[in-house]
Order: sequence, then C-alpha cells, then structure tokens
Amino acid sequence: MELVGSLLQAALRMATPLIYAAIGETYSERAGLLNLGIEGLMLIGALTAYTIAFFYQSILLGVLGAAVIAGFFGLLFAFTTVTLKANQVIIGTALNLIGLGMTSYVHRMLFNTLAGSSGNVKVLPIIRVPILKDIPLIGPVLFEQNLLVYIALLLVPIAGFVLFKTSLGLALRAVGEHPKATATAGLSVTRLRYGAMIFAAMMAGIGGAYLPVAHANTFVENMVAGRGFIALAIVVFARWNPINVLWASLLFGFTFALQFRLQIANLRVAYQFLQILPYVVTLLTMVVLRGQTAQPKALAVPYTEQV
Amino acid sequence: MMALDHDHILPRLEVRDICKSFGSLRANDHISFRVLPGEVHCLLGENGAGKTTVMNIVYGLYRADQGQIFLDGKPITIRSPHEAIALGIGMVHQHFMLVPTLTVAENVIMGTRPLFFSRSSLLTNMMEIEREVKSVADKYGLKVNPSALVSSLSVGEQQRVEIVKALYRGVRLLILDEPTAVLTPQEIQELFNTLRILVRDGLSVIFISHKLNEIMAIGDRVTVLRDGKVVGERLVSQTNPQELAELMVGREVKLIVDKKSANPGEVMLIVENLSIEDHGVKLLQDVTFSVRSGEIVGIAGVDGNGQRELALALAGIIKPSAGTIKLSGVNLVGKSPAQIFRAGVCHIPEDRQTMGLVMDFSVAENFVLKNFSSPPFVRHGLLHPKEIFSYASRLTKQFDVRTPSVKKSVDKLSGGNQQKIVLGREIDQKPKLLIAMQPTRGLDVGATEYIHQQLLAQRDRGAAILLISTELEEIMALSDRILVMYEGRIVGETSAERSNIEQIGLWMAGVTVS
Repeated sequence: MELVGSLLQAALRMATPLIYAAIGETYSERAGLLNLGIEGLMLIGALTAYTIAFFYQSILLGVLGAAVIAGFFGLLFAFTTVTLKANQVIIGTALNLIGLGMTSYVHRMLFNTLAGSSGNVKVLPIIRVPILKDIPLIGPVLFEQNLLVYIALLLVPIAGFVLFKTSLGLALRAVGEHPKATATAGLSVTRLRYGAMIFAAMMAGIGGAYLPVAHANTFVENMVAGRGFIALAIVVFARWNPINVLWASLLFGFTFALQFRLQIANLRVAYQFLQILPYVVTLLTMVVLRGQTAQPKALAVPYTEQV
Repeated sequence: MMALDHDHILPRLEVRDICKSFGSLRANDHISFRVLPGEVHCLLGENGAGKTTVMNIVYGLYRADQGQIFLDGKPITIRSPHEAIALGIGMVHQHFMLVPTLTVAENVIMGTRPLFFSRSSLLTNMMEIEREVKSVADKYGLKVNPSALVSSLSVGEQQRVEIVKALYRGVRLLILDEPTAVLTPQEIQELFNTLRILVRDGLSVIFISHKLNEIMAIGDRVTVLRDGKVVGERLVSQTNPQELAELMVGREVKLIVDKKSANPGEVMLIVENLSIEDHGVKLLQDVTFSVRSGEIVGIAGVDGNGQRELALALAGIIKPSAGTIKLSGVNLVGKSPAQIFRAGVCHIPEDRQTMGLVMDFSVAENFVLKNFSSPPFVRHGLLHPKEIFSYASRLTKQFDVRTPSVKKSVDKLSGGNQQKIVLGREIDQKPKLLIAMQPTRGLDVGATEYIHQQLLAQRDRGAAILLISTELEEIMALSDRILVMYEGRIVGETSAERSNIEQIGLWMAGVTVS
C-alpha cells in the first residue's frame, strides 16, 4: 500500500513538468502554431532557473526568470512564423538545436566547468497540507507536494475553463481552425497567435525550470531528456483538451516513476531497458492514435491576409 | 415603392470614384454608385469586372487607391473588417467564413465580446446566448439551431448562419458575394424570401452576381460593371436580361444556346453498379447509367454529392470498390489513366489550375501534356520542339486561344484561355467519350458560349459526352438527358425540358417523393 502511494506521489511529481509544457502547447496548437521546440524551451527554462537560483538563492525568482526568458524565445518563434511566415517545423527544430547548444555552452561558461553538471541548489520545499495529508493513499499523493505541483494542478482546470468557457478561448479555438473566418469576424489573427505562442513558451519554460529546482536540484546538460517531445505527444493523446492533458501527463509521469522503482528493485534487466519505458509508451500511444482528426485544421499553416 | 429619382433620398452607402490597381491591372476605375435604404442593389459583372474588389474595399479587406465612401451621408474610412462591422456593414463571403468545429451560436457571437476582463467575456451561460441568437434569427424568419455544430449543417443552412451572424452584429448594409453558387433552386427561393424580409425592415442589401435571372428575380436596382468601370445603372423593373447581358459583355450575346436535336447512336459507355468507398464512407453507391454516342448526358447535383468521384473513377484516377465501366464493351476498371485515355476517354477536369494544366509550363507544353512521349513529338527518346510548336500553333488558332506566343506560361493567361487549352487538348484526340466536369466554372459569358458550342460540335461529331456541372442552367441548356446525383446515388432521370426544373431541384435536395 505504501509502495503504491509513494509510486503515485512520484508519478505526479514526474508529470508536473509535462503538464506545464503540454498545457502551453495545447494553447499554441489550438491557435494554429505547431511548436516542435518545446524541448529547447524547457532546456532554456531549466538553465535560467538554475542559474538564478544558484546565484540569488531564490527559487521563485528563478522560475519567474525561466518563464520570461522562454517567453522571449516564444516571441521570436511567433515573429518568424506568424509575421515572416517561416515554416514552423524548421523554426521549432532550430529552437531545439539552439536550446541544447546554447544551454550547454552557457552552463560551461558560467560555472567554469567541463563536466556536464555543477553545484547543487536548494530544492523547492514540500508543503504539507494539514489534515488533508492524512487521508489514506490520496493524502500523501495530492497534499504532500511542492508549490509547482499544486500550481500545475490548478492550472489544468483554469486552462480548460478559459479555453471552453470564455470568449478568449473561443477566439483561440477559432483561429486554429479557420483563421480567415476569425479575421472577418473582426479579430486579429496575429495578436491571438502571438499571445498563444508566448504563453506556450512561458509554460514550457516553467516546465523546464521544474527539473533543476524541484526534481534534481542541479543542472545537467540535456537534462530535459526528451520530455519536450513527450509533451508534444501528450497534446495529441489529450486531443487538444487541457483536462485530458492531466490524465495523459500522469500516465507518462507514472512510467517515469515506474522505471525508477524498477531500477531500484534490482531486476535482472539492463537498466537501459527500463529507462526507455516512457519513450516506448510514447511511441505506442502515437501508433494507437494514428489518424486522429481532432487536430486543428490550420495547424502549422501560415496565415496570409490575401483575399 | 421605389423612387425613380433617387437623388432626393439619402443613400445608405455611396461609393464615389473608387480606384484600385493591382500592379498594372486596374481592378476598379472610378467606380461610383449609391445604395438606398430598403433596396436590393445588384452588382452585375463578369469575373474580373471588379465587383468583388469594390466590395472588399467597402468591407475593409482592401484599401482603395483613391475615392470616397459615404455611409448615411457621412464620409468614412474603413481599414479592417472590424471597423466595417462596427459601422454596420456585414458581408457574406462566397466561401463561408464559419468555423466548422464550433456551434452556430459560437460562430455568431465570435468577435462580438471583449476577450479579457469583462463579465461578457465569460461564456458560462451558453443557453442564454443560444436563446439570444435564436431570437435574432426568428425575428427575420431564419430557421437555425444555435446549438448545432456548423460541420453538421447543409450549405443552405450555413448560409443562413452567415446572415444571422451579420444581423446579430446589427448590420444595416449586408453584402452577399455570389450567394447562390452552391444552393439548390429551392434554397435560392428561400434566400430570396429572406432578403425580401430584410429590406422590408429597412436594411440595404448588395447582391453580387453574374446570373441575370437571379438579378431579375431579386433586384430593385442593378449597377453593371465591365473591366473595372461602371457601364450602366438600371431599375430592374425597366430592363430585361438581354439588355443587361449586352451591358455586361459589351457586345451582342446569344443567351440561348442554339441546339439541334440530338441524334444518338450506339451505346458508348455503360456504367453498372459503380460504388466507391473511402474509410467506410460510401462516396458512390450503385451508380448505373449509359451514354450513347451523339448525346450529352448531364449530371446535376449540389457540389459534393459524388460527382467528383464519378468523374475520377471514369478517368481511372481513383479505383472503384465495386461495379463495372464499359466503353464500347471493354471493361475499363483496373486500367491506368493512360490506358483509359488511349482507349478514347478524354477528361476535362473540374479544376483546370490543379488538374487540367501545369501552370508554369508553356502553352505548347500543356497542349502535348498527354502525348508528348509518342511520335511525332518525340524522336529517338528526345523531345522534338519543332513538331510540338507547330502542333501547338495549330491548336492555338483552331481553339482561339489568345496568347502572345505558344511559349508563354499558362499562368499568364486568363481563365477562359486556359480552359480553351484544356478543351482543345482533349477534343483534338477525337474522343469516344468526353467527360466534362464544370467546363465553364469561372469563365465569362463569351468564353462560356464558345465552350458550349464546342461541346455541342463534339456531340454532333458522334462523341458521347458526360457533362457534370453544378450550374443547373448549363445542364438544362446543353443536355439531352439529365441525371441527378444526391449523396453518391443517381436519384432521378429526366429529359431537359424547362418544365422539369422543379422536379430536378427537389431531387438535388434529396427529396424523392414520386
């Protein structure tokens, strides 16, 4: 019983960065922007948060900084793909390459190290909610977590509400399906897409920041390790719905947690096989979900105002 | 009701001396006209006459190079659709501006509420909003279901949603761009009834069209455009189709196709139980018909009822899932498009720009597109330009293609001339069976007349012709027999008598009461 509880607790912890990144990507894809560069943005967020936390001893400031810097790269993505109408796949790929190369370089430079990792930062404290934490099984899973986990759990219903129950959400859903109809209804395609993209990038930045400040308490080169791509898969798996993002992220979080436990359990299996578990699950879900049609019609298609 | 001398009424909209150029093309050349409150004002003109351009200027999608626009006597500048909507100008575009994955109500209210920080940004009470939308629609007798998904609606219903969308925004001037192109005759009648109710309420309607009978049926006044200029303005009650046609084209035209009675020979094409399934969706179901040599069989129907699939299956481009296609007794199912072409089936595809021609190839290259690999166009495995050019020059003359040279790329030519190249290339093969799909879509009156004559000439030569068109007028004018398609089936067959038009309309709408 305790084992199950701690496994679920770990699953939620591992799911949190995925939730942030996938919620953001859900918004940008709903608006018609396919951002393959989440991985790069998460790395940028991770290094920014780690650096600020390391030098200024403030985790909160680190997370905010990660959101701002990643948001700036989101602005660049929007400028190239919306204003200059560049190919989104190429810009997203470039963002991944920049994210990996730049963070590795800046990390080595700032911390004067050739090793892939450097000193530790304080880790985000666990906040135990009195009384609620004593509920059997659910208590520790839901109410013995750090602040970023709680915020992620709040973010999911809020993102769902905004997308489906407000005029902003209606405009976002419309602009990814039929941008011209949105424009003729008097809305600005450009502003909606910029807004959605900057939000998505900030979320990816926070998701990346989570890893050094709440998970590993240090920075390691390429520490995002494919989570950005998993977030992309989650968006499809969740059928572009923020509420479903929670369940999908928990599934992937669970496989991450499970492979850790299995490694510890000392099974007679090479640990590399266990490590690939989350990625295998990603591939399998993509195969099962092939041919999904819930995808926004204008996804990755640049909009020209030509009539 | 309407004053003849409209100078004394303050016009709802006045457009004065509008000019707009795209590069060297003068799309609008000093266009002026007035639209009065409570009238249906028609803008008549051929494709490229500048109707849509001037309306896009009024709706804020383009900026005019010069000229002024007055609304209720006040000069206005419109920089975006957003501003046009705020001024009470609405437009129903030729291609609907609806988001299929959203509901009717969501489409209607989209963009009418602030995005942030306002109570009305919350859409938590969708029932309330749907009631509001319904009451606007009911006021004008428009039947819509606000909670339905737009993707589940018929084309006619979608058009009603577009009109409701404009009315919900409180428009006083409604622009309709070619609104009847996709409707059945009954739906057109319904639209006209709606427009009558709207103008009775004091709205002004601008009705853009190139169809004379519709203008005669719905218009109060008509402004005729040709080559970007206003060439005339008439009260509809004081003009006739012949006069309007000549104003529009700038010369005398024959509105009625001269047609000798057909002299059908042996059965050329027999299609039996042809079915096409795509991922479980039945696109074509048990289609059975035949075409004789020397006759034109017209296939009528609203766009998207299986006509496309039928044409492509006959040309061998898509494989049917069941059934047979026999040309002079030889089964064509399973043969490649090239084999079918060589067997004597020629095909004028629906979209000349994507299927009929290679747009950045020259006129000459497009003329030999289907047989460049056989002599005399190829010798020892190399193309023989001299033969190709002389062949192309002959066809250019024969089919009256207006081009400065056969080496000109076809994207520089007008739609009419492009279509003549497709037509010429196919007809010159002396086909046994000619499949003509939407052969005059987007062409002006002159080019349409020419294509129609050529099709009739092919019929009289003894070709079997299958004419597929969503333009009922065209089907009525050319066909010897008419089949009607609905949801992948042939639901009716009749002769091309005028008196059958009501019945054909019902079949097109899927009503099969015998």
